[in-house]
Amino acid sequence: MSDVEYRRAEAAQGGLLIVRGVEDVAFGDRVRIRDHRGRERNGQVILAAEGETLIQVFEGTDDLDLDNTWVRFLDQPLSLTVSPGLLGRVFNGIGEPRDDRPPIVDGEARGINGSAINPAARNYPREFIQTGISTIDGLNSLVRGQKLPIFSASGLPHNRLAAQIVRQARLPGEASNFAIVFAAMGVSYSDARFFRESFSDSGVLGNVVMFINHADDPPVERLALPRVALTAAEYLAFDLDRHVLVVMTDMTNYAEALREVATAKGDVPARKGYPGYLYSDLAEIYERSGRIRDRHGSVTMVPVVSMPSDDITHPIPDLTGYITEGQIVLSRELHNQGVYPPVDIAPSLSRLMKDGIGKDDTRDDHPRIANQLYAMYAKAQEARNLASIIGAEELSARDQRYLEFAKDFDERFVGQGEDENRSIIETLNLAWELLSRFPREALTRVSETDLAHYHRSGDKAA
Amino acid sequence: MSEQRSGHIREINGPILKIHLPGGRNGEQVRIGSLDIVGEIIALEGEDAVVQAYESTEGLRPGEAVEGLGHPLTVELGPGLLQGIFDGVQRPLTEIAELAGDNIPRGLRIASLDREREWSFVPTGELEVGAQIGAGAQLGTVQETETIEHRVLVPPTVSGELIDLAPSGDYTLESTIARVRDAHGEVHKLKLYHRWPVRQPRPYSRRDHGVEPLITGQRILDTFFPLLKGGKGAVPGPFGAGKTMVQQQVARWSNADIVIYVGCGERGNELVDVLESFPQLEDPHTGRGMMERTLLVANTSNMPVVAREASIYVGMTMAEYFRDQGYDVVMLADSTSRWAEALREVAGRLGHMPVEEGYPAYLGSRLSAVYERAGRVETLGNTRGSVTLIGAVSPPGGDFSEPVTSHTKEIIQTFWALSKELADARHYPSVDWVDSFSQDVDIAAGWWAKNIGGAWANRRIQALSLLARDAELSRIVNLVGPEALSSAQRWELEGASLVKEAVLQQSALDDADSYCSPQKQFQLLELVMQVFDRGSELITLGAPVQELAEHPVMARIRRAKSTWRSNETEDLGEFAREVYSELSTLRSEYASSQEAAS
Repeated sequence: MSDVEYRRAEAAQGGLLIVRGVEDVAFGDRVRIRDHRGRERNGQVILAAEGETLIQVFEGTDDLDLDNTWVRFLDQPLSLTVSPGLLGRVFNGIGEPRDDRPPIVDGEARGINGSAINPAARNYPREFIQTGISTIDGLNSLVRGQKLPIFSASGLPHNRLAAQIVRQARLPGEASNFAIVFAAMGVSYSDARFFRESFSDSGVLGNVVMFINHADDPPVERLALPRVALTAAEYLAFDLDRHVLVVMTDMTNYAEALREVATAKGDVPARKGYPGYLYSDLAEIYERSGRIRDRHGSVTMVPVVSMPSDDITHPIPDLTGYITEGQIVLSRELHNQGVYPPVDIAPSLSRLMKDGIGKDDTRDDHPRIANQLYAMYAKAQEARNLASIIGAEELSARDQRYLEFAKDFDERFVGQGEDENRSIIETLNLAWELLSRFPREALTRVSETDLAHYHRSGDKAA
Repeated sequence: MSEQRSGHIREINGPILKIHLPGGRNGEQVRIGSLDIVGEIIALEGEDAVVQAYESTEGLRPGEAVEGLGHPLTVELGPGLLQGIFDGVQRPLTEIAELAGDNIPRGLRIASLDREREWSFVPTGELEVGAQIGAGAQLGTVQETETIEHRVLVPPTVSGELIDLAPSGDYTLESTIARVRDAHGEVHKLKLYHRWPVRQPRPYSRRDHGVEPLITGQRILDTFFPLLKGGKGAVPGPFGAGKTMVQQQVARWSNADIVIYVGCGERGNELVDVLESFPQLEDPHTGRGMMERTLLVANTSNMPVVAREASIYVGMTMAEYFRDQGYDVVMLADSTSRWAEALREVAGRLGHMPVEEGYPAYLGSRLSAVYERAGRVETLGNTRGSVTLIGAVSPPGGDFSEPVTSHTKEIIQTFWALSKELADARHYPSVDWVDSFSQDVDIAAGWWAKNIGGAWANRRIQALSLLARDAELSRIVNLVGPEALSSAQRWELEGASLVKEAVLQQSALDDADSYCSPQKQFQLLELVMQVFDRGSELITLGAPVQELAEHPVMARIRRAKSTWRSNETEDLGEFAREVYSELSTLRSEYASSQEAAS
């Protein structure tokens, strides 16, 4: 059947093609379409009924006519051919080369949807990854197998931060051994170039697989791209025993493409026009990260999600936050003050931090000092609010101290150079340096032993 | 309708299929296509039926065969449930991993409970052959885990004359352990397990009311917003507020006999956390391994959405089964929003008219029907058992006015509202004392007065009103600054901060404080309120607020919760007396200086 071409197109609009009168078409199958100029397009069956088939066309339906459109059903699901040769290559959203090199043929074709990891086969992620960035390592630690998105917004340096994480990520005391899967959906040419140069400058290009769909490429292709990229990531991690860091940018473009197709299909909209299955759809992507028992590799995910109009309650960041194990939130306010990376620690969170830090992983005081920093920063914010009402001069001595702490914290702890790679010990020591301006009695979230060890008040020197 | 019938697929639209199957019944299970995947009929149209599939439909074609199985979705109920991890339609995930590897394959046929394993059955002594035996009567027991005795019951649909009963010995699940002849003369062979349709609540004699609080070991829950055994509670909160932590803490430390944790559309790694950490934890009430009383239903967010819808019913049916054995069961559903979204997703694909935020009109009634299966009952076997249902709610954007949260709020008795602001300041558990409520404080107060301390109800109210004053005064401070407050008012702010830090905040990660016994809870509350009262008195005697607030003893009070464990209440009491005597000394100093001044 895969050799037969049908000229039975009935309707074509919004990236969707309806073909009538073809029997025995499987749901999810791959389709090849030839248009009136003989150009080939790719598609996938998204509804299969007796006598009617709905196809999603990755290259879009522009310039198709109904009389001269030929459809071939390939009798196989959408797949990616995997082999060690993936590393160092650049592909489009459906896994075709876009680096002028031949396609990979000597490998195994894998369905891009994968199948759900059995929760009973998972291993709990608990190996601390040092990113060299204090706000992440110290306060929202990343562990191998975690999915930790960066919530950003237009104009904020999420790409620079993602690139810095890629450059610096390693287990403490080890050389970096990450393979990188870079999945770009609807990104500008300059952003794509930025990442390529960053990989190339740090000499990791041979360890990177890139899947790129530019802002002017067809949006439907973005629906397949993360799945294709994750098929590659799973292969590298669970077949080749590599630790894989997946950077996906920008998930908001992905969700918008999903909405575009859903609307064309006539799906019932839930919030802001996004289909009711947005959560399940995103989860199918994000949940492919993790560790598996008895497998050496891991898939760690750092997706970039830009918050439309800086709104964290927008469905895309909102649903993402419910699926991922935390989030790193960037703040426009800090960015405008010139702080890089402008990580707003209050809404940022890492859910898997608790088991990756502490005595055997980083340092004994780590969980408590992180907690203490958060508590002090929350109080400092109150003092800042108060200062904006009654003026800083009117504040009590205690509140003045909080104010100074907040300023120092933003500048020295949050702020760091784009090439500054702090070890976790440096980060923790810096935290104690900042907190030592407070008397011991004020630090109730750390233990007395911590105070004796690390608090730098005068009486310790004495 | 036990005969099997065949038909074929007409249309595939994601997890929803249209099939041709004459004589189908709503709720009936079907096997679909060459992949042999399982689904359930949800609507009928002439000889056609709409089916929702529990597994991915990728690769199915119109025209492939469909087989109607003639029965609805059922679960197996018998020994071997505990310590297990099942998917949303009760397939055993550990066995699947052994059989099929790391990923879940489709079309797998596997029994929920182990058929090979032998269980040591002990028949109930007073049962006599020839006697009349009712539904729910206890035939005997099986020691399922070290702590839990599995009571083998006559299924709810069977009663009559007991023809024979197996003697003590080892039996597999399929062995006949008793035979009963019903009123129509039909003989029923009873085994160690039976099946029950999940969407049908298991029957009981009558409903009873809750009589005692569920002790969770969490101060903000037990002391401030108690939930009764057999009650219905909800934990709503935006992402990152700590819903899962609260649920896991309840699963860990509550004084229920059985805990059923339903991970419904949530993260795979969180379930692994439960799987890996529970076996290492000790139940503070029995001293035994925590996993021995626990069972997990795991339908993570990437597993098929229809099985997610089923998972809540599967969990609930197993909970009712243990309730019928006379146990207090806690079922945690994390999260009911994902369950509601599964409803919405299916409704959307069926083209049902959306009402609020795309949810179908029957959202409210389905939610109430689930929550109403919780409760304390007198069972068919004349014992008492309960199911406490605690549902996490994940409101989009943290907006509690959205449909799932607002419908849930109308049904439940205890509402533990989580706050983003508290979580952002790392105040955990981030249960908001303003938005939360419990309708069962009176019944709980009776229990506390009888078992722990008579002053509980008063102290609780005092602490809550202090927190309310704090909110009010903080607004003033934010407008005009702290200088506008009197000393007494500033002391109230200090007192509230003491309540928050020494009582309300509780770290799940702190060994000494993760579980807090009712005794310790009351001691901490009493200590803080005493300090506040005595402090107020000192303030009226002219002591400066600053001096009191910065008194070294305050930092020790804030650390008291993690300094003394639940079994060190005597030392904690000793510390409290030390604090009181320090304050008394201060008091006499100020009293005498005031006398001297006058």
